[in-house]
Amino acid sequence: MEKGTGGTKIMAVESEKKYAYFLGCLTPNRYPGIEYTTIEVFRRLGVEIVELKGASCCPAPGVFGSFDLFTWATIATRNLLIAERQGNNITMTCNGCYGSLQEANHLLHEKPELKERVNKILKEATGYEYQGTVEVKHTIEVLRDDIGFDKIRDAVVRPLTGIKVAIHYGCHFLKPSKVRKQGSSERPRVLDDLMEAIGAESVMYKDRNMCCGAGGGVRAQFKDVALDFTAEKIQNMLDASADVLTTPCAFCHFQFDVGQQELNKARGTNFNLPVVFYTQLIGLALGMSPLEMGLETHQTPVQSFFDKLGL
Amino acid sequence: MVLDKEKVVRVRDTKFLDDVIEIGEKIFPEIDKVRTCIQCGTCVGGCPSGRRTAWRIKTLFQKAMIGLKEEVLDTDDLWCCTTCYTCQERCPRGISTTDTVRVIRNVAFREGYAKKNHLFVCSLLFKFGHAVPINEPVKELRKKLGLSELPPTVHSYPEGLKEVNAICEKTGFKEIWEKQWKKAQEAQK
Ligand code: SF4
Ligand code: SF4
Repeated sequence: MEKGTGGTKIMAVESEKKYAYFLGCLTPNRYPGIEYTTIEVFRRLGVEIVELKGASCCPAPGVFGSFDLFTWATIATRNLLIAERQGNNITMTCNGCYGSLQEANHLLHEKPELKERVNKILKEATGYEYQGTVEVKHTIEVLRDDIGFDKIRDAVVRPLTGIKVAIHYGCHFLKPSKVRKQGSSERPRVLDDLMEAIGAESVMYKDRNMCCGAGGGVRAQFKDVALDFTAEKIQNMLDASADVLTTPCAFCHFQFDVGQQELNKARGTNFNLPVVFYTQLIGLALGMSPLEMGLETHQTPVQSFFDKLGL
Repeated sequence: MVLDKEKVVRVRDTKFLDDVIEIGEKIFPEIDKVRTCIQCGTCVGGCPSGRRTAWRIKTLFQKAMIGLKEEVLDTDDLWCCTTCYTCQERCPRGISTTDTVRVIRNVAFREGYAKKNHLFVCSLLFKFGHAVPINEPVKELRKKLGLSELPPTVHSYPEGLKEVNAICEKTGFKEIWEKQWKKAQEAQK
């Protein structure tokens, strides 16, 4: 298909309730259970998820964005370009991916001269230029705006009654708020409302909006610093009697799931707060089985959470 | 003890902040706002990294403003920011603090101060197109879950990986990386 032809545009209109899944790295390569669950949850709620063929790392905004912003923007735009040529909008299950693609899309729009420079490289590397027609939506936005929490509430067959959920929003879904436009970054509500829709109770805990510690290349270079953030957050969640930790970011999910076990080894702590991705909690409420979601493969055991749910 | 003058005298590069802004302006709007920093400390006050490390973002801006280039670039502290954006949300001057940190890190990377593990992460991107590539146990798990063994990403489309590498070559990023990567590997030997 030629770039920017009428064909591309017509397809984009048709696919209102259809999204290409930008997988990124952590979701498909460490937590395929998140990938499977998200596709199935969306199918049950009437949104079609299609493959985004040949996408790469987003690339991580705090990592590659810290090394070379222009290269970061160009690789991110290549990922947008694939969606544009497929005629799809994009959704994802990682705040880092959201951060990269949403921000690149925004910056190209704000700065035509950046778009020109990026497209020059893209044209040479791929043969195509990005027109700027793709919409980037976090899965949270699809659930909220395209499906609606009322519809989710109606679809619940196994309400998570009595479950205390500690929500970790993650940084890059909300911030920078001027670019993300998700409302208040200090008092976010959207996931609290979603948890309520599936029957769970969102518990408040100290420093709820604090970072997991992994971003910006800190986990790669100074793992003990990253884990120190994680330890503080987990302790705060435990102090609030949380049964389960949930997040909409595959990278935060990884840091909490793997990080607790790393902490236990390195510091002799005994952290075992189950980490269940937010679409996996929805999957459970919609009646999916824990096994088909790969929950037993998480590094931090989820059994205590299952016990509480009576599974 | 004889004082080593070289070490005591702080070398100032008065053009440093201008250079940072020039690079940043190509990506972000209003990156020059960093010049209006009043050193109020709101950024540091909410910084989760500053609570446990020596990283002080306002000190970075102060040093950058008076041109202490080496001190800014040649330090572990610069790499302790998780890019959580708490400071950027709260700065009373509306400075894009976190984005400015990323720009200054770009300068550090370019000038040879990249960190070893970060160079390794880059090597993964060049080799696999993913900063976190697939492994054997996850391939098995994918099959068990009814997914394709390899995800439909660059892992399944080698021509896509070529495009990613072509981008990194054409922007000059790979060249900058290669020099430091070789040096780091020699140092290891
Ligand atoms: S909050 Fe803003 S003005 Fe205050 S010290 Fe930090 S960067 Fe400067
Ligand atoms: S973005 Fe970096 S400097 Fe700012 S509050 Fe977060 S960790 Fe601290």
